[in-house]
Amino acid sequence: MGKILMKGNEAIGEAAIRAGCLNYFAYPITPQSEVAEYLSKRLPEVDGVFLQAESEVAVAYMIFGASGAGERVFTTSSSPGISLMCEGLSYVACAECPAVYVNIIRGGPGLGGILPSQADYFQATKGGGHGDYRLIVMAPDTVQEAVEMVMRAFPLAEKYRNPVMILGDGLIGQMMEPVEFPDHLKTEPSNKNDWATTGMDTRKSKTKNIVKSLFLDPAELYKKNIILKEKYDIIKEEEVMYDTYNMDVDYKMLIVSYGTMSRVCSTAIDLMKADGFEVGMLRPQTLFPFPEKEIFAAAQKESVKMLASIEMSMGQMVEDVERSVKGTRPVEWYGKAGGEVPTPEEVIEAVTSMYNKECA
Amino acid sequence: MQKEVMFAGFGGQGILSIGKILAHAAMEEGKEVIWIPSYGPEMRGGTAYCMVVISDRKIGSPIIKRPQHLVAMNRPSLDKFAPEVKPEGVILINTSLIPVDAGRSDIDEVKVPASDIANSLGSMRSANIVALSAFTARSGIVEFDTMKQCVKNEFMKKPKVLELNMLAVEEGKNAAVN
Repeated sequence: MGKILMKGNEAIGEAAIRAGCLNYFAYPITPQSEVAEYLSKRLPEVDGVFLQAESEVAVAYMIFGASGAGERVFTTSSSPGISLMCEGLSYVACAECPAVYVNIIRGGPGLGGILPSQADYFQATKGGGHGDYRLIVMAPDTVQEAVEMVMRAFPLAEKYRNPVMILGDGLIGQMMEPVEFPDHLKTEPSNKNDWATTGMDTRKSKTKNIVKSLFLDPAELYKKNIILKEKYDIIKEEEVMYDTYNMDVDYKMLIVSYGTMSRVCSTAIDLMKADGFEVGMLRPQTLFPFPEKEIFAAAQKESVKMLASIEMSMGQMVEDVERSVKGTRPVEWYGKAGGEVPTPEEVIEAVTSMYNKECA
Repeated sequence: MQKEVMFAGFGGQGILSIGKILAHAAMEEGKEVIWIPSYGPEMRGGTAYCMVVISDRKIGSPIIKRPQHLVAMNRPSLDKFAPEVKPEGVILINTSLIPVDAGRSDIDEVKVPASDIANSLGSMRSANIVALSAFTARSGIVEFDTMKQCVKNEFMKKPKVLELNMLAVEEGKNAAVN
């Protein structure tokens, strides 16, 4: 199959089907309603379940139910909708159920606007819901990468029995790009009979599988937390993904940027290079686990004078960049929020001025 | 080499559609392409615009401040975007609805009464295809025949509309050449 021109939102829906996911529960919200529109037509064709819930709160628990029963399941929403799902997300994480959530972020806080933003970084990587839990968070920069990440998200969620979130922004959802779909995944959730409520008859077992997130005995709950932490530590070691741009030269400055923003930065970097100013970029593809070691190593290069975290938010990922660099280099932030996306020209102005201030 | 085209007009003029057809044509020619719609809080009958970015290599920023070319289907679009077009770009003006010039001496101005031509062919609705055809013929952004084939593909399932739009393709080309 060759390349086809597709909207990010539709491509995400198709990718989920090709990943073998036939259960989609959602509630429409701009700028990602095309996922639901697309799947309402596509899922019945493949004997899947498309269900428009009465609210995002209901979606969150439909996911819990389906996942707990061993089904591959996913949802998509945008910022305020994800906020509503966060309680259920915490339950799903605690019960160690695999599920995939896509957040096509819009400007916030509050009901906000409908234009692209990355202001849900904290929500995705640091919580959103309550308690000590983590999501695996991936952030695509193209429609093609969104497809690949969605298809990777399901096996990853099942491997770790952990919710995975794809963090896009309005542009990733709305723009069209040529995409090529990888082959259908031919797998089933492989370990589900070990833990999910698949039915004792079905799996010919005499032991009950119990899926729950209530542990009234503190010792038992503490044990649960330790199990989760051990899992997150393995994820931190094993699942970091990142990409680099212009890092094979002696760059004076290192930009850390992801998603749509990183594409704007790559154009800015090309223009600065033409002017003789070398800037490298490390693009985290996973936001949790965050490429801490890789950013630290890239910052230690002798030519590097400082780092800049460039985001479509008022400064969220910058805290992780600072943490990664461990005080060895200055770290600054530049960004815009609320649906405004910086242009390459604005990035150049910001980067040049912070470099001159810090290093001249 | 990267080129950008801004298509702009009223909602309902088929602005997003001609952007998609051009994006398809560029993809058919093996180029990298992005189609970016305006999806802000617009209203029916308000302005609609989309940007098509075409390149030989991976496209960086989808945010474009100054496009190479502009296809303006109504006056507010020309007023808003004409000053942003890069020097030597093509500005196509739908003179049926725009009584003024772009006011630029450093660009290639193409005046086409797209809505009137479409009307004379039988339906105002093909004004967008007249404009796309005229723009493609003048700018050479993709091969004319590739664009024509993509128009065909787009309307394959609606024979009457297809016939009309094939005429629109020819008339658009003639209008751009003369």
